[in-house]
Amino acid sequence: MIKLSNAKLVDGSLVNVEIDQGVIKSIVKSSGKDKVEGIDGSGKILMPGLVDLHTHLREPGREDSETVLTGSQSAVNGGYTAISAMANTNPVADTAGVVEQIFRLGKSAGICDVYPIGAVTKGLNGDQLAEIGAMAESIARVRIFSDDGNCVADPLIMRRALEYVKTYDGIIAQHAQEPKLTINAQMNEGIVSARIGLKGWPAVAEEAIIARDILLTDHVQSRLHICHVTTAGGVELIRWAKQRGISVTAEVTPHHLLLTDDLVENYDPIYKVNPPLRTERDVMALRQGLAEGVIDIVATDHAPHSAELKDCEWQSAAFGMLGLESALSVVIKTMVETKLMTWEDLSSRMSIKPAQIAGYENQGRQIIEGAPANLILVDPNASWTVNRDNLKSKSRNTPFHQMQLPGVISDVIYSGNLVMKSGKLTVVNAELND
Amino acid sequence: MKSAHLLSAEDLSKDDALKLLATAKELATITDGPNKKLPTLRGKTVVNLFFEDSTRTRISFETAAKRLSADVINFSAKGSSVSKGESLKDTAQTLQAMGADAVVIRHGSSGAAQRLADSKWIQATVINAGDGTHEHPTQALLDAFTIKQHLRANESDLSGLKVLIVGDILHSRVARSNVILLNKLGARVTLVAPPTLLPVGVEKWPVEISYDLDKELPQCDVVMMLRIQQERMADSFFPTEREYSRRYGLNSYRLAQLQKSAIVMHPGPMNRGLEISADSADDVKSVIIDQVKNGVAIRMAVLYQLLGGAPIGARND
Repeated sequence: MIKLSNAKLVDGSLVNVEIDQGVIKSIVKSSGKDKVEGIDGSGKILMPGLVDLHTHLREPGREDSETVLTGSQSAVNGGYTAISAMANTNPVADTAGVVEQIFRLGKSAGICDVYPIGAVTKGLNGDQLAEIGAMAESIARVRIFSDDGNCVADPLIMRRALEYVKTYDGIIAQHAQEPKLTINAQMNEGIVSARIGLKGWPAVAEEAIIARDILLTDHVQSRLHICHVTTAGGVELIRWAKQRGISVTAEVTPHHLLLTDDLVENYDPIYKVNPPLRTERDVMALRQGLAEGVIDIVATDHAPHSAELKDCEWQSAAFGMLGLESALSVVIKTMVETKLMTWEDLSSRMSIKPAQIAGYENQGRQIIEGAPANLILVDPNASWTVNRDNLKSKSRNTPFHQMQLPGVISDVIYSGNLVMKSGKLTVVNAELND
Repeated sequence: MKSAHLLSAEDLSKDDALKLLATAKELATITDGPNKKLPTLRGKTVVNLFFEDSTRTRISFETAAKRLSADVINFSAKGSSVSKGESLKDTAQTLQAMGADAVVIRHGSSGAAQRLADSKWIQATVINAGDGTHEHPTQALLDAFTIKQHLRANESDLSGLKVLIVGDILHSRVARSNVILLNKLGARVTLVAPPTLLPVGVEKWPVEISYDLDKELPQCDVVMMLRIQQERMADSFFPTEREYSRRYGLNSYRLAQLQKSAIVMHPGPMNRGLEISADSADDVKSVIIDQVKNGVAIRMAVLYQLLGGAPIGARND
């Protein structure tokens, strides 16, 4: 039994909550100054645990940069009670065997839900469908399919994939990047790339694929999810598609809500990411799109990399940034503090809607009696300073190192268990601090 | 100079650049004499760290360092541990351990010189000898020196001169450094290229843009032809070599359109018959050989300035 007193819900009401047997046993109104039993929620916000639809866990294959366990710990530290493991592992998650392995590793870590995402094409090669049916029917019950890291560039393969997943009410999560327009591309193509001589990655390379896939989705009446939208033009296209009633959803990453391409100026590969950081104008359009709901959700694209893949010259460095542990704070900073969104909106974009898109039934639920207890408690008025050496991730490649950010997560309840208590993970094990 | 390194032409103020040109001029006078060698950098170690082949730039730096009595180590990536996968970091730390005072780096990655300077991998002074498609600041200095020598020998800077830079601007580190430096020195730069070879974002550069070489030639004081890499054609930057040559190559007809005082430059190595015809390269207007010669003087001045050698006049050997 976990008791929680005087917490505020995102709608502003004050409550006392009892949790038992993995569910919310009771929820009653609080004066805000009731006698504290159990966890003191005074001044804090209680909301459903965050749900990430875009996480790179690197296991199997690159366990030196992240494992399912360390990724789960990183997730809990960031307030996530469910994450979705991208398929670009080695071996690729393109068979029932691999997705079941990842699913089981998630279960054995046991501190948040880990849902594998299946590859769209075999080995992410882009030209032959992976065994989507076998992955969907495996114990991992895969519903999201993505070649993330690569674009499903062939329009015919993309069409077939969109059609094929309809059997399972699946969804194709597209990494929108026209490969011919981005050969060896290094950063956003524009004023900065022209000056510093890095090969440009034009916005149109992303937008051309978004436009094409929206039309394909409409044609075959399937479901499309656009991963990490980064351009103002992409937001416009998705707005247009939604107005036409096409089943498209989209995500934005925290880093694309905050960082711009002028950070690349000093060639520090910590800012090297795919898709690349764009301009101020794009950042503002993404924030607006997220506030309006044109962009449905925030997803981290948490991409751990070992030190040597960033401690080198720009072109040799790997693409990607950590995201799980700073996502909530970056969204508070960029969306709530700017008054673009309320806490209700934040809870919707980071928990409720991602759970709905993916069909994670125990996640992103209203806080009512009988609901599964996947909850987090956040102090909205506290702040913290990101320190790459103190993250739970196995890697250190955060672009937010030494940045002061708002919002401190104190407690995380997963499936009725307190997995973070007063800012500390409760389940300590060997890999935690290595 | 505000920086301990020379990574970009942006590192140089106008005064810094003019001072380097003046130092180079003085050094050139001395080394034109019978005893070419100065003792100023005796005991200093200069490493030429070349990840890309560039015989002429490497030899130029080597000659410059040797004329200042520095010890020179040539480290070329081919056939070394670098070709076996050693990282830039490990190479840098190796050079640090060997006591390099300056590292002259040529690298295929834009920003490699800056990474070397910003990182804690090495303490040495870093001189950028060309990084990817970013910059090549000593080339810009030697070009400015050559222009001044021929057209503004008695003036303080390059004010009023119109310089055409013609060709593959998109991939050219020479163009980027020259645009920055020539502007600081008062020249007006016009970039002439097919639109495919101009970067998106070039509209923010302090330059004029033209697609038409013939229109620009009669009014310019300097025409700088850039090398066209043969592989650009395969990437459809232009249809054929011949079409490029017809539209943007310097030939005897175009040479005749130039003002009498105008000069022709090329950073080398030239593709004779492609971006520049043989008779243009060898014409009296061509100062290409002067560029090569001045390269040594400029690099001496840069090494001298950055490594803090004894006053130039002190020849007590």
